[in-house]
Amino acid sequence: MSFLHLIWLIPILPFAGFVINGLLGKRFLPRPVVSGIACLAVLASLVLAVGAIRDLHDEQGLADMLNNGTALSALGVRPSADGFGAVLGPTDPDRGLVLEASIPRARQIQWLWLSVGSVSVKWAYSLDPLSAIMLLVVLGVGFLIHVYSIGYMAHDEGFARFFAYLNLFMAMMLVLIMADNFLVMFVGWEGVGLCSYLLIGFNYREMFNPARHQSCADAGRKAFIVNRMGDFGFMLGMLLILVTFGSLDFGQVFRGVHALAEAPGSQSLLTAMALLLFVGAIGKSAQIPLFVWLPDAMAGPTPVSALIHAATMVTAGVYMVCRCAALFAAAPLALTVVAVVGGMTALLAAAIACTQTDIKKVLAYSTVSQLGYMFLAAGVGAFSFAIFHVMTHAFFKALLFLGAGSVIHALAGEQDIRRMGRLTRALPWTFGTFAVAAVAIAGIPPFAGFFSKDSILAAVFFEQPILWGAGAFTAGLTAFYIWRLVFLTFLSTDRVEKERRGHLHESPWSMLAPLVILAFLATVGGFLGVPAFLAESVPGLHAAAEWLPGYLEPVFRDARVAGTGMGALGFHGQAAVHGGVTAAGEWGLMALSVLLAVAGIAWAWLLHGRGGELAARMAAGLGSGYRLVRDRFRIDELYDRIILKPFYFMCRAADAFDRFVIDLMVNTVAIATEITGHVLKLFQTGSVRAYALSMFIGVVALLAFLVMS
Amino acid sequence: MSLDTILASGASIAAIFSALMVVWQRSAVISALFLVLNLGSVAILFLTLGGEFLAAVQVLVYAGAIMVLFLFVIMLLNPAPLKERFASGPVVTGLTFALGVLFFASLMRGVMSLAGAGGTMASVGESYGSTRSVGELLFTAYLYPFELAGVLLLVAMVGAVVLARRQAPGED
Amino acid sequence: MPLVSYISLSAVLFVIGVMGVLLKRNVLTIFMSIELMLNAVNVALAAFARHHGGLDGQIFVFFVMAVAAAEAAVGLAIFIAIFRLKQTTDVTEINLMRW
Repeated sequence: MSFLHLIWLIPILPFAGFVINGLLGKRFLPRPVVSGIACLAVLASLVLAVGAIRDLHDEQGLADMLNNGTALSALGVRPSADGFGAVLGPTDPDRGLVLEASIPRARQIQWLWLSVGSVSVKWAYSLDPLSAIMLLVVLGVGFLIHVYSIGYMAHDEGFARFFAYLNLFMAMMLVLIMADNFLVMFVGWEGVGLCSYLLIGFNYREMFNPARHQSCADAGRKAFIVNRMGDFGFMLGMLLILVTFGSLDFGQVFRGVHALAEAPGSQSLLTAMALLLFVGAIGKSAQIPLFVWLPDAMAGPTPVSALIHAATMVTAGVYMVCRCAALFAAAPLALTVVAVVGGMTALLAAAIACTQTDIKKVLAYSTVSQLGYMFLAAGVGAFSFAIFHVMTHAFFKALLFLGAGSVIHALAGEQDIRRMGRLTRALPWTFGTFAVAAVAIAGIPPFAGFFSKDSILAAVFFEQPILWGAGAFTAGLTAFYIWRLVFLTFLSTDRVEKERRGHLHESPWSMLAPLVILAFLATVGGFLGVPAFLAESVPGLHAAAEWLPGYLEPVFRDARVAGTGMGALGFHGQAAVHGGVTAAGEWGLMALSVLLAVAGIAWAWLLHGRGGELAARMAAGLGSGYRLVRDRFRIDELYDRIILKPFYFMCRAADAFDRFVIDLMVNTVAIATEITGHVLKLFQTGSVRAYALSMFIGVVALLAFLVMS
Repeated sequence: MSLDTILASGASIAAIFSALMVVWQRSAVISALFLVLNLGSVAILFLTLGGEFLAAVQVLVYAGAIMVLFLFVIMLLNPAPLKERFASGPVVTGLTFALGVLFFASLMRGVMSLAGAGGTMASVGESYGSTRSVGELLFTAYLYPFELAGVLLLVAMVGAVVLARRQAPGED
Repeated sequence: MPLVSYISLSAVLFVIGVMGVLLKRNVLTIFMSIELMLNAVNVALAAFARHHGGLDGQIFVFFVMAVAAAEAAVGLAIFIAIFRLKQTTDVTEINLMRW
C-alpha cells in the first residue's frame, strides 16, 4: 500500500470541505472551524500529493511493485490489458492502479463512468511529472491563499460561503489536473469555471462598474458566458477526437495521434482537433479574442483573483495544451497559431496594463500578458518552459495579488492607484514582498521570473524571430507597468484621501505569512530551471541545470515538433540543432532581456517615480493612441457593436414575433374556447328535472328508432 | 276464468290505479300510502306468477322496510304540501305527456310483437319459485352476486349514516 | 293471464313512473315514482321467468330489490342533507350546480 493508492482522496478532501462548509458553515459552525476545515482539507491533500509524488519517484518501490511476483499477488497486480504497465487491484478492468514505470506515471481507475456502444469512459486519475508539478503549485499556492483569506475575509458575512466555494474550486482544479481522459478533465474544467463564476459574483449585490451599471454578478456572468464560447470549442474538439480515435483516454488518443500522423493527408484533421481544443484554452486562459472576461473577473474578492484568476485556473488552458502536447506537436500549423495568439496577447495586454489605474486591473492585464508568454512557449514546442512559467508566475502573480489585497485591505477598499502613494512606512511587509514580486515579474536575475521568461524568449528566438521581438518588447513593457504600479502605489507622492490615511494598518499575520512564503518562492523558484549554459559557468549551480525541463522531459518525449527536433528537449536540443548558436549568443540574449527590464524600470521611475507631470505630458502627447490603449483598445465596445447589438436586435424581432404571431394564434384558440364555453354553459342549468327530461328524450328517440326499424 | 286470472286482473287494476294516484296526489303521505297499495298489488302479481318467495320479500322489504323509511323521512321533515300538482307549466307538461305517449306506444309495439311470437307460459312444477328452490340458486350459481349485494347494502348503510349525520359544530 | 298482459301492465306502470319523475315537483314523490319504475321492471322480469320456466328472472328481481333498498337509503339520506340546507322539498328550487 503506497500513497499512489490514495490519489483519489486528493480531490475528495477539498470537496468534503465544500460539502461540510456549504451545508453547515453558515448556521452551525463558528468561523475558526469553517476556516480550519477549509485549510486543513487543502493541507491534507497537499500532504497526500507530496507522498504520492515521492512514491511515484521511488524507482525501487515501483520496480518491486511491477516485478516482484509475491508482492504482486498480494496486491492483486496483473499486467495491464494494453501491455503498457501493470494493474494493481482487483481483476476488474474498470478498477485498479496502472503503473507505467518508464514515464513514470500512475493511473488510478476508479470506476466505469459511461459505457455507450463501443465507447467507454472511465473515471480515472493519473499522476505523472506534469500533473505532479501542477498539483504542487495548485495545492501549495492554494493553501497559502486559503490561509490569507482567513484574515482578508474576516469581516465578511459570507465567510462560510467563500470557503465552501474556494474548497469546491480546489477539488475541481485537482480533478482537472489529475484527469486521465478528456471527459474527466472537462468535468474539472467546467467545475472551475462554475467556481470562477460563483466567486467573481461573490459580492453579487455590489456594483462593480457603476458607470456601466454592472454589478459583480454581471461580471461573473460575463466570465461564464465568454468561457462558454471557449468550452464549446473544447467540446467540439473532444467530439472530433472521440469520433476519430473512438476513445477519450489520453494514452490511447496520443498513441492514435502518433499512428495518424504517419498517414498521409491527416494534417488537416489533426490541426482541426488541436485548434478546437485551443479555442477552449483561449477562453479559459483569457487570450485574444476572449480575454475580455478576465479584467472584469477582478470584481471577485482579491484572494479569488490571486488563486483563480492568476495562479491556477487561468493556467488550465496552458496545462491542457501541454497535456495534449503530442497532438499539438503533430499539427505544426496549430502550434504556430498558438504561438501567434500567445505573442500578440502578451504584447497587447502588456500595453493595456501600462495605462490602467485600478491596481487589480493592472495585475489582471499583466496576467493576460503572462499567459500569452506561456502560450508563446507552448507554441514553439517548448512545453516544459510553459509549465516552468506557469509555476513561477503562480508564485509572483499570487504574491502581487495578495499584496494588492493587503493594500486594498489597509486602505479600506481603495483600488485606484491615483489615490495611493507613500505607503512604505505603513505597510513595510506588504511593500517588501510586493517589490520582490515586481522584481521577479520584471525579469531581474536571479528572481523566478527571470529564468522562466528568459528560457521562453530564448526558445522563441530560434523558432519565431518576429514573435521573439514582440516578446522581448513585452518584457520591457512588463518591467515598466509593474514598476509604475509599485511607484504609484507605495512610493511617489502621498495622494491618499485623509480619512483613509487615518486607519492605515499593516495586515494581520495570517495575511503576511503567505506573502513572505510566496516572496521566498518567487525569489528562488527560478532555480528549478536554470539554463544549462548558465549553470555550467556559475559554480554551485551545476545540479540545478534545467532540472524542471529534465523532470518533465518524459511526459513530452513524444511531443517533438516535426522537422525541428524542438519540443521537450528545450534548450539543449535547440542548441544542438542550431549548431551555429553559441553560448555567447545565449549570453547576449540574456543580457538583452535584462537590459530591457532595467530600461523598463528606469522609464517607470522617470515617469512616475516622484510626480506624474512627465507621464501626463507624455499621455497628452500620444493623444488618441494613448486613449485607445487606456480604453483597452475598445474591444468590449467592439463586441457590443458586432455581437451584442445584432443579438439584441434578433431578440427584439423574436419578441415581436412571439407577441404578434404566436400569441395571436394562442389567444385565438383561447377566445374560441371561451365563447364555446359560454354557449355550452347554458345547458348547465343545475335542475335535475331538465337533465332527466333530456335523458328521457334520448331514451324515447332510441327506443322509437329500434322499434320502428 | 280461473282464480289466478281473476286475481291477476284485479291486482293489475289495483296496481295501475294506485300508481296513478301516487303521481296524482299532492300530499307525499297519501302518495306513500298509495305506493304501499301498489307494492301489495305487485306482490299478488308475483304470487300469480309462481313467485312465492318474491311475494314475501316484496311485502317484507318494500312495504315493510322501504316504505317505513319513506314515511319516517316524511314525518321527520314534515314538509308542507306543495300547491302545484306538477312542476312545469301547461306547455312543458303537455309536451312531456306527448313524449310519454310516444314512449308508451313504442313499448307497446314491442310488446305486441311478443304476442305474435307465442307468448305462452311454460308449465312448471310445484316447487317453482319456492323459498327452497330460489335459495338453492342464490347460494350456488349466484353466490358471488349475492355476496356483492350484501356488500352494496353495507356500503349504502354507511353512506346513509355519513350523509344524514348532523354536522357537529366546528366541523366543516 | 297471458304473458302479454303482464308485460303490458309492466309498460303501463313504467310509463306512469316516468311521468311521475318528469312532472312531479316534490322530491319524495319523485323517489316514489322511481320505485314504481323499478317495480314495473320487476313484474316484467318475473313474467319472463315464468314464460321460460326458469328461476333466473326471479333471482334478478331479488337483486333489483337489494339495489332499490340501497338506493332508497342513500337517496333519502341525500335528501335529508339537502333539506337541512334549503328547507324545501321542491326540486325546482334545488339547483346548486347551476352555472
